[in-house]
Amino acid sequence: MKTLRPWLMILFWTFISFLTLFPIYWLFVVSVKPAVELFSTPDVILTKFYWKNYIDVLNDRTLRSYMMNSLIISTGNAVLCTLLGFLTCYALSRFNLPGKESIFFWTITNRMAPPAVFLLPMFLLLTQVYAIGDFKLADTRIGMILVYCTFNLPFAIWTLRPTVDGIPKELDEAAYVDGASPWKVITEVVFPLARPGLAVTLILTWVFAWNEYLLAATLTNFNARTLTTGLSEYVTTTGTEWGIMAAISVFTLIPALIVFSLVQRHIVTGLTFGAVKG
Amino acid sequence: MHSNRLGWLLLAPTMIILFFFGVVPFFYVIWVSFHQWNPFAANPNMVFNWASNYRQVVFDAQLLASLGVTFAFVFFAVVSELILGYLLAQAFMKDFPGKAFFRTIHTLPLIMAPIIVGSIWKLMTTPSIGIIPSLVQSWFGLDLNIGQSAAAAFITTVVMDVWHWTPLVTLSLIAALVSLPPDPFEQAQIDGANKRQIFWHITLPMIAPAVVATVFIRLMDALRTVDEVLMLTGGGPGSATRYIGVHIFKEVFPRTNYGYGSAISVVVLYMTIVICWLLYVGLIAPRNTRKG
Repeated sequence: MKTLRPWLMILFWTFISFLTLFPIYWLFVVSVKPAVELFSTPDVILTKFYWKNYIDVLNDRTLRSYMMNSLIISTGNAVLCTLLGFLTCYALSRFNLPGKESIFFWTITNRMAPPAVFLLPMFLLLTQVYAIGDFKLADTRIGMILVYCTFNLPFAIWTLRPTVDGIPKELDEAAYVDGASPWKVITEVVFPLARPGLAVTLILTWVFAWNEYLLAATLTNFNARTLTTGLSEYVTTTGTEWGIMAAISVFTLIPALIVFSLVQRHIVTGLTFGAVKG
Repeated sequence: MHSNRLGWLLLAPTMIILFFFGVVPFFYVIWVSFHQWNPFAANPNMVFNWASNYRQVVFDAQLLASLGVTFAFVFFAVVSELILGYLLAQAFMKDFPGKAFFRTIHTLPLIMAPIIVGSIWKLMTTPSIGIIPSLVQSWFGLDLNIGQSAAAAFITTVVMDVWHWTPLVTLSLIAALVSLPPDPFEQAQIDGANKRQIFWHITLPMIAPAVVATVFIRLMDALRTVDEVLMLTGGGPGSATRYIGVHIFKEVFPRTNYGYGSAISVVVLYMTIVICWLLYVGLIAPRNTRKG
């Protein structure tokens, strides 16, 4: 087999990387151009930066509240899913519960179902059925935090299981012998050891919740609307504000990029249900 | 070891949440699908109407058109991603400076929100704003307009999906290729096998489990593609890119015809399950029994 020269490989991968990065760069280009310049011949090289789109987004009270909602919903959901996922994995790993493997597989079926199928029942349940007095879950942050559990909680359970299973049972037993309560064992023995796995799970569930659009678009009207739905509101048939749309996209993208640098290695494992070790 | 009561107690919150937001919606949608229910119709109440919603589904031309383009999209997207992903994975098997760096860049699209991918490709391909139509115009003299040409819109959604998800295929196949033992390849070379023979008779059978798993995951994800297409084309022009999720979101959901919409949801869910099952029975199960 002929081996390709290294510089040829570098050239090839530079080209592929260009294909990957250029669309993202183009998003940035559109976001820092005034509307009038957009419709002239597309310029690839930026000479001056026009930050008004970003300032407009930050000054927009509605968009600011969407941003806040996104932040609260994804953080609340990530914390809830990671903690419950951890407790679930602890129960599955340390107790001899009948049918626990079936429960484990049942959880993942919730993630496999296409979300579009659940739009209608979820909408009907949240607007009409799940109500306590006058309080309905639709268009509330707590409602969205719970709804996102359908895909994030199974994910948390699946990614945390190897971590919790990997912590030796002898440690728990030693602590019990010393007279520790189960709660103390979970919080002070197992939890600290699971921390790296918990961090990865927390970050990935956070991104999935932050990135979600479909359910947020159908289950919220105003109070709990998220940044991704705000983005789609800027695409209308009468005319799209391209610069604003690009700026919102950049705002939505930034957290994902930060996260990306933190958990790059775990992304593929996460996206393939652990079928592939990244 | 402590009593199982504590174990169930720890499981309880998870099971309660998944019950109310996973199991209940599943049975609720089936239940509603057997009713005539439209809150804005003459009779806003739920009326049990046997399977007449399902009878209607079979003759729903819009739904059938949507299913047709969905399968075309899934087929072209997954096949392109598989071929491209394999070639890129092979290109990563050689050593060259900066490999880790290029790999990082290659992984980047995976973390991006689908709706952002849609918005990026909208900015790339919208005539007079995007750079792609102007390049196509000056290089090939063609007028690329995803708002008018059904073929252009369809191809753009496939290209977008390939851009977004090929890295997943690449990285899973890298993981499979790295774990291969070198001996069979060396032996085959000594025996004078050519590259194509090595690929079909050695590489492919050995990475087959990984390929099947990857296809499975990609297929499931491609079937549920909604956000990015909604953003890019809105399902148009006509029904050219109105994939099943987009169809439910844009055509079924806003109609407030809850009974009929539920029937469509159930049919789509059922089809997803059947495709899953067929894949499992056809590809994954025989492999396991052969081994076992």
